[in-house]
Amino acid sequence: LLQVEQVKLLDRFSTSNKSLTGTLYLTATHLLFIDSSQRETWILHHHIAAVEKLPLTTSGCPLVIQCKNFRIVHFVVPRERDCHDIYNSLLQLSRTAKYEELYAFSYNPKQNESEQVKGWQLIDLAEEYKRMGVPNDYWQLSDANRDYKICETYPRELYVPRTASKPIIVGSSKFRSKGRFPVLSYYHKNKEAAICRCSQPLSGFSARCLEDEHMLQAISKANPSNRYMYVMDTRPKLNAMANRAAGKGYENEDNYSNIRFQFVGIENIHVMRSSLQKLLEVSGTRGLSVNDFLSGLENSGWLRHIKAVLDAAVFLAKAIAVESASVLVHCSDGWDRTSQVCSLGALLLDSYYRTIKGFMVLIEKDWISFGHKFSDRCCQLDGDPKEISPVFTQFLESVWNLTEQFPQAFEYNEAFLLQIHEHVHSCQFGNFLGNCQKEREELKLKEKTYSLWPFLLAEQKKYRNPLYNPDFSPELTLLEPNTVSFNFKFWRNMYHQFDRSMHPRQSVLNLIMNASEQNKQLEEDIKELEAKIKQRNGRSDVVLVKEQEQTAHPAPVKSPPCFQKEQPPMPVKDAVRTIEGSNTADNRYSELVSEFSKAEPAVVSLEYGVARMTC
Amino acid sequence: MEFAELIKTPRADNVVLHRPFHPAVEGTLCLTGHHLIFSSRRQDNAEELWLLHSNIDSIEKRFVGSLGTIVIKCKDLRIIQLDIPGMEECLNIASSIEALSTLDSVTLMYPFFYRPMFEVLEDGWSSFLLEQEFELLSSVTNEWRLSCVNKEFSVCPSYPPVVIVPKSIDDEALRKVALFRHGGRFPVLSYYHKKNGMAMMRSSQPLTGTNGRRCKEDEKLINATLRSGRRGFVIDTRPLTVAQQARAKGGGFEQEVHYPQWRRIHKYIERFNILQESFIKLVEACNDQSHNMDRWLSKLEASNWLTHIKELLTAACLAAQCIDREGASVLVHGSEGTDSTLQVTSLAQIILDPRCRTIRGFEALVVREWLQAGHPFQQRCAQSAYSNSKQKWEAPVFLLFLECVWQIHRQFPCSFEFNEHFLVLLFEHAYASQFGTFLGNNESERAKLKLPQKTMSLWSWVNRPEELSRFQNPLYEANSLVIWPSVAPQSLQLWEGVFLRWNRPSRFLEEAEEERINIIKYNKELQAKVNALRRQLAEMETDGEVQGEE
Repeated sequence: LLQVEQVKLLDRFSTSNKSLTGTLYLTATHLLFIDSSQRETWILHHHIAAVEKLPLTTSGCPLVIQCKNFRIVHFVVPRERDCHDIYNSLLQLSRTAKYEELYAFSYNPKQNESEQVKGWQLIDLAEEYKRMGVPNDYWQLSDANRDYKICETYPRELYVPRTASKPIIVGSSKFRSKGRFPVLSYYHKNKEAAICRCSQPLSGFSARCLEDEHMLQAISKANPSNRYMYVMDTRPKLNAMANRAAGKGYENEDNYSNIRFQFVGIENIHVMRSSLQKLLEVSGTRGLSVNDFLSGLENSGWLRHIKAVLDAAVFLAKAIAVESASVLVHCSDGWDRTSQVCSLGALLLDSYYRTIKGFMVLIEKDWISFGHKFSDRCCQLDGDPKEISPVFTQFLESVWNLTEQFPQAFEYNEAFLLQIHEHVHSCQFGNFLGNCQKEREELKLKEKTYSLWPFLLAEQKKYRNPLYNPDFSPELTLLEPNTVSFNFKFWRNMYHQFDRSMHPRQSVLNLIMNASEQNKQLEEDIKELEAKIKQRNGRSDVVLVKEQEQTAHPAPVKSPPCFQKEQPPMPVKDAVRTIEGSNTADNRYSELVSEFSKAEPAVVSLEYGVARMTC
Repeated sequence: MEFAELIKTPRADNVVLHRPFHPAVEGTLCLTGHHLIFSSRRQDNAEELWLLHSNIDSIEKRFVGSLGTIVIKCKDLRIIQLDIPGMEECLNIASSIEALSTLDSVTLMYPFFYRPMFEVLEDGWSSFLLEQEFELLSSVTNEWRLSCVNKEFSVCPSYPPVVIVPKSIDDEALRKVALFRHGGRFPVLSYYHKKNGMAMMRSSQPLTGTNGRRCKEDEKLINATLRSGRRGFVIDTRPLTVAQQARAKGGGFEQEVHYPQWRRIHKYIERFNILQESFIKLVEACNDQSHNMDRWLSKLEASNWLTHIKELLTAACLAAQCIDREGASVLVHGSEGTDSTLQVTSLAQIILDPRCRTIRGFEALVVREWLQAGHPFQQRCAQSAYSNSKQKWEAPVFLLFLECVWQIHRQFPCSFEFNEHFLVLLFEHAYASQFGTFLGNNESERAKLKLPQKTMSLWSWVNRPEELSRFQNPLYEANSLVIWPSVAPQSLQLWEGVFLRWNRPSRFLEEAEEERINIIKYNKELQAKVNALRRQLAEMETDGEVQGEE
């Protein structure tokens, strides 16, 4: 444990070098900063993406910490020695070599064993496939991968067309990258159409595989309403063509019967990584102008990528909902873009995934079980930086865009998405550890760690969208987002979650959430009060009769009702009444005057506390 | 002139109306002196569209065979298309609309013909008198007086007949100062900050010229707003170079030598054609659904619109900061003092003064700081973003102000008594209206046109309880604080309620808004009910006790 006093925490965007002074502690799991007014800033070591020591200044040694949840903290440590110590410790603490050293293995939420087991059972994928309507006449559970023999990165339980025999499965898997042969991801019971997923075929320039062709035919035959199926290659055409040289590639329409082949052009993990990097550079600039922001946003390509992902999902969902056609989705390995497109497509098709529980199921199914490489993509262990990519973040951002367009269609709110993002990187729970199910089993995560979902469910009040209308769209009707460019906005609450000065100082969401919660309580209160009154009335019936008898006589002067007994109306919005920020020094416009004040010491310098409004 | 002369074909049948995100409807088109009326009597979907000719910004016609198509682009940015069978009918209708939407005489405008269908409870023309404003002011300070020096509009044609000035300055001095300020716009009180007694004044540029003319009365006037030994700030909305160049044309700025107690800050705010072009570019970008992401973002950037918003908010915050944080008085001006000056002074008041965030207070602000202060509405709002006229006096100055208010509203959604619709309403009526409120360029013109006698005021209509309820913000909780908005680009947003209003399906957003309102309303109802029940119970208990005592 390391402790350094007199450390300054600088405000990231303030131009007036505003800072808080306090003590910095390093614990085994967290970095903790307590400022002079006892406010605590906790940063999980696993959340640290990068630590940078800047050149020494007169006030000390600056240390900048970038986190995976886009928090950036800027400390100034008085002594260079201390700074160096912190820097080295953080480097070690934030880089983990073994899974067993991750926080999840030491995190103890004080649950007993049966609670732990129950927690892990909360999301049951077998149950989910049943809900979708499989197995049925066309689809069955295959035991081919029961021991991870055919594909290490797939789950044990896989659903395939009944007509796909084991030799076809085995043959097809040999013709697909990493053995990831076509399997069911989502079944639309009304349209009898399926979303299937796989990796790219090892077709090279001319290779064929009869089993693989049979496999696709089996999928198309498993759909009685439309024999044609789409094969969506989510990569840009050029990338897919380049892969042919390496013996990989894409399906040749001539070799497969009844397929329509389609490229949708989502870029690869490396493009996405550098796009996010550019986005963060721009949004992190101090004193940013509007035009630099917009051109930076454009140059980063970030929103273009989000739009591409959502456009692909819309294409997929429409093929199913409008044409009743099954769709096979793949990219290269079938665990990044394929996961994005399959899960978003299902989200557009099925309102279940727009509920809190359903969203957990969706993530468990299309991301966790199908082997999205969370460990590599989120850099859980010290590894290859080229494997890092914000693929899952893009998925969450696409969902957020949908919640903006359909404010009543989702049971969950933005806070839910942000919290999931937080824990994908926190390594506090076992769900996202490792790269695939096989690895998770080997790590005995279900015994040694806890599942995130029961914890989120327990505090679901925080994640409920107060506007949610379960009848917003009837079951299995398509959500059709408008994907014209102007609908895509910069997700400020994600990328500036911790930069409070940038957010609205009063949150409509919180306010509505509180009112909505309070309404339930008030309804209860009314019932209770009415019951009490009724009860009293019952008793006072006798009294009433008496009173009526008395009316012939001059009524006795009644004492005024005792209002003191009345409880004050409940405070409506304690939490939201606090207006945060509203601080001139945070904002760029203080610059002019402060520059001015340099020349003119007569002018008071502009350092203000945070204006707070109390009830 | 008879409008009938301009209407060769007053009626056409089998016209098809196209609007984005609505199915096409067939119906009858009628032209009257002031309206284009489209009505469809279809059983399942009876619809009527009334469009003021003065709301039409531009009109295009094209023909395919004998089927004519008219595309009408409105000042509120809506675009509709009418398919009219018959070439002659179509040509006639197009030319009538063109003529009727570009009448040059103000007295032919609809407000002079409009007869309200509602009972006038309060005449909006006298709802916001400066005298009342002064009365409020008198209750907190006696340092100011009401001057009638401009009674006949003789001292300053663009000022109202009464103005508020420092008590120590007499009318004679004001006349002299008026000669030293562009257009006679001598410094007058714009806002008095009760919290610390600081004042915000506004004026036009001083006429110092190249030889550094000075005017002792001017110096005395603005110094009268300073506490002894304290400093004030002049916020000049031009860059220094422009202010310097203005000297060659007789204009200028307050020079340190003559105004030693004043610090000058140049905070540049764009004006006129630059703003109009920016407006046109933004609307173009928003209307093109085919833009890919890069193109959309670069178009949005190229419009510079959000840059203007940021600059304007920054300037307003700066003025507010000088007053509230520095405890200094402020004088704001640009050149004429009728555009950027008013943007800054009115926005600063939104930030500083909770009263301006109420409906009535905001109306009073618009009347005081825009209408009475002589913002030339008729020139600025003659055309909107689709016009080809490109007159140099057209500029969305007022719209920018409204958008800045909207931006602050977004950041403090519970601090305003009015909602977004109220701001959109003001935008619409500033450009085309049945009310006389925004006609004319200043009070003098309004008096000559006898607007208060001959037209109805927007405020007479909007302040009726049944209308008002549509513009109330259910989240409003009076907040007496100064509200400092963030001006970071990440905090600013495109005003979708104006710019994307007609370009995207809005049903789901509207329904969600309704649901929000319902939750809040229900909450208030429940609270009232709980309180009533508690009271009832308490009463019963007391009664019971009384009975028990008996």
